[in-house]
Order: sequence, then C-alpha cells, then structure tokens
Amino acid sequence: MTDVSNLQAGTAGPAQAPARPRLQVVPLRGLPIVAAVVAFVIAAIAGNWLWALTFCHVVGGGLWTAIDLFVGLIVGPILGRLSLPARAEFTARFMPKMVLLMPTLVLMTLATGFQLALKLGNLSPASPNHGWLVVSYCVVGVMAVIALGVLEPANIAVLFEMRKPEPDGAVIALLMRRFVLTAGITGVMQVATLIIMTRVATQ
Amino acid sequence: MSAGPAAVPAPPASRRFPPVAEVTTVSLGLVVIGGILMASYAPRRPPLAVPVALAVAGAVLLLAGCWLTARLRPFDWDRFFLVFRWALLAYVISAGVIAFAFIKDHTRGAPLAVVLVMLVIYALDVPLIIAFTVARYSSPAGHAGSLPDVSQPA
Repeated sequence: MTDVSNLQAGTAGPAQAPARPRLQVVPLRGLPIVAAVVAFVIAAIAGNWLWALTFCHVVGGGLWTAIDLFVGLIVGPILGRLSLPARAEFTARFMPKMVLLMPTLVLMTLATGFQLALKLGNLSPASPNHGWLVVSYCVVGVMAVIALGVLEPANIAVLFEMRKPEPDGAVIALLMRRFVLTAGITGVMQVATLIIMTRVATQ
Repeated sequence: MSAGPAAVPAPPASRRFPPVAEVTTVSLGLVVIGGILMASYAPRRPPLAVPVALAVAGAVLLLAGCWLTARLRPFDWDRFFLVFRWALLAYVISAGVIAFAFIKDHTRGAPLAVVLVMLVIYALDVPLIIAFTVARYSSPAGHAGSLPDVSQPA
C-alpha cells in the first residue's frame, strides 16, 4: 500500500503550488476504524443481536442518506462556485475520506438491514412491510450501481490524477462532471429511502 | 508535408477506449437485479431461472469487459493492477460479509450457489471498473509519443 499512500498531490504546476498537501488515496489511519466497524457488523449478524443490528442499520443508513444529500445539495453547488485551486485543494482532502467512509456505511446499512428485516419478520410475504422492502431493494440497487459503477471509480481516478506532478485539469473536470450528473438521481433515491423507511417503521 | 494525426499526442482526457466500464457496469446492474429478485423471496426458496439467467449474462459481460481490457495497447498496466488488487481485496471482504449473512440465514444448495456466483461477479466487476477508469487516464510508463485511439478493434 505504500505506493498508494505517500505521494505528493498537486493541482497546478510547481511554480503555483509551493506547499502541496500530501495526498493518500486510501487514508491508512482510517483502516483500523473500518476493520472495527466490519467486525462489529459481523458480530451483530452472527449473534442475531437486535440492538446491534438496529444500531448499525440506523446509524449507517442515517449517515449514508444525510451525507449523500448534504454533499449533493449543499457541498456540491458550493464546490462548483469555488476557484479551481480551492476546489482542487478541497477535493484532495475530502475525497480520500469518502473512499473509506461511504463503502463502509453502505456495507453496514445493507448487511444489517437485511438481517434485521429477516429477524423482525418484515420479509415475510404476509408482512405489510414486504412490498415496501422490495421497493427499497430497487432504490438501493439503483444507488449501488451508480455509486459502484460511476461515482467511486471517478472519485479514485480523480485522486490518482491529483497525485501526478502536473495534474490534467481536463481529466479532473471530466470526472467531476459525473458527480453533478448523478447527484440528482441519488438525491431522489435518498428521499425515496427516507419515505420507505419511515413507512416501514410505522406500519 | 506535415505529420499525420498520429504524430500529435492524444491528451488522456480525449483518448478513446472500448466501452469496458459501460459493459462491466451493465454486468454489475444485472447481478444487482438478480440479487434483488432473490432477496425479495427471502426467507422462502426463490425460483432460480431468472436469477441464473441474469448471473450468466452478468458473467458473459464481465468476461467481455476483461477481454476488451486485455487487448488494450498501450495501457498503463502497472497502475491498473495496483488499483485492481487493492480494490479486489476491499470488495472480496464486502462480498464475504454478504455471503456470510446468507449462509447464516440458512440459505443452502442451489440458491446459495447462485448467490455466491453473483457475489464473485460483483467482487470482480467493481475492481475492474475502478482500475480501468484510473488506468485509462494514465500514460503507460516509458511510453513516449502519441497515445492511439483504441476504441475500435485493431
């Protein structure tokens, strides 16, 4: 992993960037936290532990939805109005954290959510929540394909581009455009998730 | 006479590639649909015809993505494999946790086999998309001169 980590990032030529931040594609200090979360999720599923399953699903799902909406609706538009060096500097510090955070939250939410639904009987065809849960699978499926097939590859490609001595602004702009194009879709999906989950919780 | 177009270095942003990411994303979408179909029947035993068809189609598209990638010359293979192996590790862990949940919930026999095949496709699809997306914007080590359009078969 050393070749992924301790490399210089930059957003412009050397003359314009006297003190470029060090950029890690994968923040190594975050890995123990991710490992602890994954271990806790496995323990919750293995023990069929109601409190832990609920905790992981609510905390993970709440953060996933909130971060998606906050980044898409608040941070994204602000980012779009910043100067290019400011945007690049923000991106260099923000995206490595997202590389670890979002997949961990998604795994935490989905794995425990399925187990929780099974334990509470919501997956039974006789349950009034069954239909809502199938709709939620579809919503999550769309978000998963967008996140895994479009957003995450672009995120990591931007980070690799920014590690180069002279990053190509055209490549970064091309990849960042994906975020703008998909922010609306994931925003609608997250609102749908909120509606579905509040319906499930109150039926 | 001026030099032909091949003498002008193609910037990475404008270099054209075969639709590896698109094909592999469709493969990912198919296994996600298959997974949704199977999960919608839990805890009952799901009918397997459609999930199996989706898994086979997903596997074919994954192989097509691999085949298209393998033919790329020049291509930054060092960067591709650097990203691929770490992404593979991450998504094998992710797929392993999902598989564990299914096994824990007493999924057995053919449904478990179909789920595991879908998870293998998922765990290969995502690293392939990520590694291809990173490597396509890199210049191969030691490669000087123009980078050709590789979107069409040679």
